[in-house]
Amino acid sequence: MTEDQLILTANLERADDFYADLLAAHEDLSKAESDALNARLVLVLANHIGKRAILKQALAAAALKTGEDSA
Amino acid sequence: MNKIFEVPLYPYARHADQDAPAPVRRTVVVIGAGPVGLAAAIDLVQQGAEVVVLDENDKVSFGSRAICFAKRPLEILDRLGCGQPMVDKGVQWNTGKVFFDDRQVYDFNLLPEEGHKRPAFINLQQYYFEEYLVNRVRELQEQGAPIEIRGRNKVSAIGTHPSHVTLEVDTPEGPYNLEADWLIACDGAGSPTRQMLGLDFVGRVFEDNFLIADVIMEADFPTERWFWFDPPFNKGQSALLHKQPDGVWRIDLQLGWDIDKEREKRPENVIPRLQAMLGEDVKFELEWVSIYTFQCRRMEKFRHGRVIFAGDSAHQVSPFGARGANSGLQDTDNLCWKLKLVMDGKAPECLLDSYDVERVYGADENILNSSRSTDFITPKSEMSRVLRDAVLDLSEQYEFARPLVNSGRLSVPCTYDGSPLNSADALNGPERTRPGSSCPDVPLGDGFLLDKLGGKFTLLTIDADAPDMFEESGIEVTRLALSIKDDKTLALKERYLGSAESGVYLIRPDQHVAARRPSYDENQFRHAVRRAIGKE
Repeated sequence: MTEDQLILTANLERADDFYADLLAAHEDLSKAESDALNARLVLVLANHIGKRAILKQALAAAALKTGEDSA
Repeated sequence: MNKIFEVPLYPYARHADQDAPAPVRRTVVVIGAGPVGLAAAIDLVQQGAEVVVLDENDKVSFGSRAICFAKRPLEILDRLGCGQPMVDKGVQWNTGKVFFDDRQVYDFNLLPEEGHKRPAFINLQQYYFEEYLVNRVRELQEQGAPIEIRGRNKVSAIGTHPSHVTLEVDTPEGPYNLEADWLIACDGAGSPTRQMLGLDFVGRVFEDNFLIADVIMEADFPTERWFWFDPPFNKGQSALLHKQPDGVWRIDLQLGWDIDKEREKRPENVIPRLQAMLGEDVKFELEWVSIYTFQCRRMEKFRHGRVIFAGDSAHQVSPFGARGANSGLQDTDNLCWKLKLVMDGKAPECLLDSYDVERVYGADENILNSSRSTDFITPKSEMSRVLRDAVLDLSEQYEFARPLVNSGRLSVPCTYDGSPLNSADALNGPERTRPGSSCPDVPLGDGFLLDKLGGKFTLLTIDADAPDMFEESGIEVTRLALSIKDDKTLALKERYLGSAESGVYLIRPDQHVAARRPSYDENQFRHAVRRAIGKE
């Protein structure tokens, strides 16, 4: 595993708690507000990651295109 | 209304060519006396060629049109002898504000890099730009240079031959025939030359309309670029406010696709929009209004035998980023020295194909950048709007999101990576001056580097020995010897040496780097010159 490799094995601290936080953030939001929140969250996380190679792998992973390494 | 639009700058006058028994052969004919055509003509004439410019009109273009000129074109204009009046008249600015919905989300200062003779850009109406170029033409004529502008000379037919081009030209006194060794078509996005030759112009049409207005305002707005995304006075669209000389402000309002253009252009419809934008108590006067749509497209090839396209006739971009006239000037900067060498028999005709390679590469870069700006400004799907709005909302609170806000990426010179004219990079030097790059300026004790480079092949040596001059393939390469001992600002070291101790650069007449090495090596540099003129 190098630092240019997207982590696709379990890596979340307290996964259940994170998932609950994610749901809670969307509670009582309209569809439009939720879409906007998700978009902002993606941008905030993407900036934290920063590396283009990792982000390209993340985009491919999210598209469920397994086995494609577009980096 | 400004008088400049009404006075013929190059009125029609009968020329002896019209009475010649057989068509007269000219060396270079340029079609179009806009910014690009005039720059081409001046460049070639300064190198000793003979040029005839034909234009169907006899005045500067109407309305402000292209208003933002970037550093590289200003440097090119310096070489053409008319950069100073442009900079003296132009408005310089570095700060701006971005608005989203009903609020300001952030302001910015571009903080341009120090140590350049020219600013990052100026705002100047296209009519002034053209006027100053015509003034330069007149100046050259007074010095006896073979350059002429024939007003109200409209080319109506073009015939192409292996050795020349034939032209049929309409004038107020009837048609005449003319021949040219070379034809440069700078006749704009709707290029009649391109149409007469039946050539392609493919790309993407953006379904949008923009209203542009020049207004004269009494209000004391700061000299800043203001850009609005989705403002209350133009819901779901965008708006831009920018200052020009003479208290004229340029306003761009996006209108969307499904509109009645004639209706939107009427003052009774324009004025309420502008009033809502500027504030109810601001007094202004409307000078010029136009509605435009735009495309992002280019010709497959810019050179077709002896007909060469430059500027908007070859490629068209969206206005965001000021990449139209700016890239057109880089076209002629690239083309003219090559054409002169080919005309003089010093370089093979295939050197002109490198114009195609390099400027197609430049056009693609401009199209990519301006298409991305357009996609940000006018999102094409629901989710692209959600993401765009997310960027703008975040930009209000977090600095990280601001580089994503794209209301136009300003024109910067293209680096011709992979050009057949480049020699392999042999210096462990800075990225920005690798072969293919346009030379960044550097302050020298008694002036600036680019003024010293001028428009000829130069061997720039930094703390390295080399002959003061050498000749290769009939081309004189003159040395410019510099030392970092005199480099008080450290800009020379930073821009041309990096961690290297010494450097030798071969610089083309268009001030792009052809080759660089840590020291002078006669064989290597002769080879590099031959390569830079298409001989290897």
